[in-house]
Amino acid sequence: MKIRDNRAWWLVLPVFVLVAFSAIIPMMTVVNYSVQDIFDPSTRYFVGTEWYREILADPRLRDSLLRQFLYSACVLAIEVPLGIVVALSMPRRGLGVPVSLILLALPLLVPWNVVGTIWQIIGREDIGLYGWLINHAGIDYNYASNPRDAWITVLVMDVWHWTSLVALLCYSGLRSIPDVYYQAARIDRASNWAVFRYIQLPKLKNVLLIAVMLRFMDSFMIYTEPFVLTGGGPGTATTFLSQTLTQMALGQFDLGRAAAFSLIYFLIILLVTWVFYTAMTHRDDMR
Amino acid sequence: MGWMAWTLPTALFFAGIALLLSAMTAWQVLSPGHERKGFLPLTTTRGDRLFIGLLVAAYGHLLVLALTDWPLWGASIGSLVVMIIIMKWG
Repeated sequence: MKIRDNRAWWLVLPVFVLVAFSAIIPMMTVVNYSVQDIFDPSTRYFVGTEWYREILADPRLRDSLLRQFLYSACVLAIEVPLGIVVALSMPRRGLGVPVSLILLALPLLVPWNVVGTIWQIIGREDIGLYGWLINHAGIDYNYASNPRDAWITVLVMDVWHWTSLVALLCYSGLRSIPDVYYQAARIDRASNWAVFRYIQLPKLKNVLLIAVMLRFMDSFMIYTEPFVLTGGGPGTATTFLSQTLTQMALGQFDLGRAAAFSLIYFLIILLVTWVFYTAMTHRDDMR
Repeated sequence: MGWMAWTLPTALFFAGIALLLSAMTAWQVLSPGHERKGFLPLTTTRGDRLFIGLLVAAYGHLLVLALTDWPLWGASIGSLVVMIIIMKWG
């Protein structure tokens, strides 16, 4: 079918201008930086792909990247199932609905740096509820000196902060399922598991796609919370990609290398997000 | 534009991308394409195949830079061949 009238595309123009200023132009600048050695705005030298070669051979990038993938995988493995369970156990009518919605929304309203500070205190073994309880349960715990404890604390902090988002998205998805599906399931005497597997989960596909992509992108770009909580330590145990990048760009003022690093970082996020998106939206034609 | 630190190679690169997108738009307007299934394990439109081709090209260049001392134009020619294959039979 030939499309005769394309004038509706002009309506996209404002968004295009906005995206151009917020994303496309900065990105073009980063590409320009990534092929130059920049000392100051007027003193810069073209170095070609030199920074890319250096960055790709840099063990710091590889370590941060592995750490980052492991962290995002843990975040998704915990938050998505937990969010679904929380959404399934939320009330469907009555006063419980607004109360649980407000309670779930509260962690999402706390700014990132404040979350880091809250957990810095909660995790302390002398005055913090979490650290004190774990130490009194006989487990030696100190997030400031033990890499394993630091990891667990950063993960628990993320779960505390963001599981609500997954739960709220899933809850909205569950509420949109018409009652007739449940009635049909009752007639067939379907078990709770069958209702979940064949009615709720397929109907949650779209919101889960958004939840998985948001949580992946956010966790892959995490910076403020671990920076405030552990400063990337002990050692480099919780130094994720954003922090390595920030150290390079602002700490060492190494703009060219940092720009090459950002572009590689961007390509990784682009690929993983595209794979998630394609796997979840094209599942039927892949069979 | 000075703050954007332009260089000739990056300007040519972006001009190429802009030209490619304009050409794809013109192609779509003049002869609209449809979703279809080729050797890729999913149904794709022309735009999807271009995106996949560009992604493969970007990763191909990064792999050559990371693992070999080969000149980069080798990766560029390889990417072009892959792009043509994906666009035609993907």
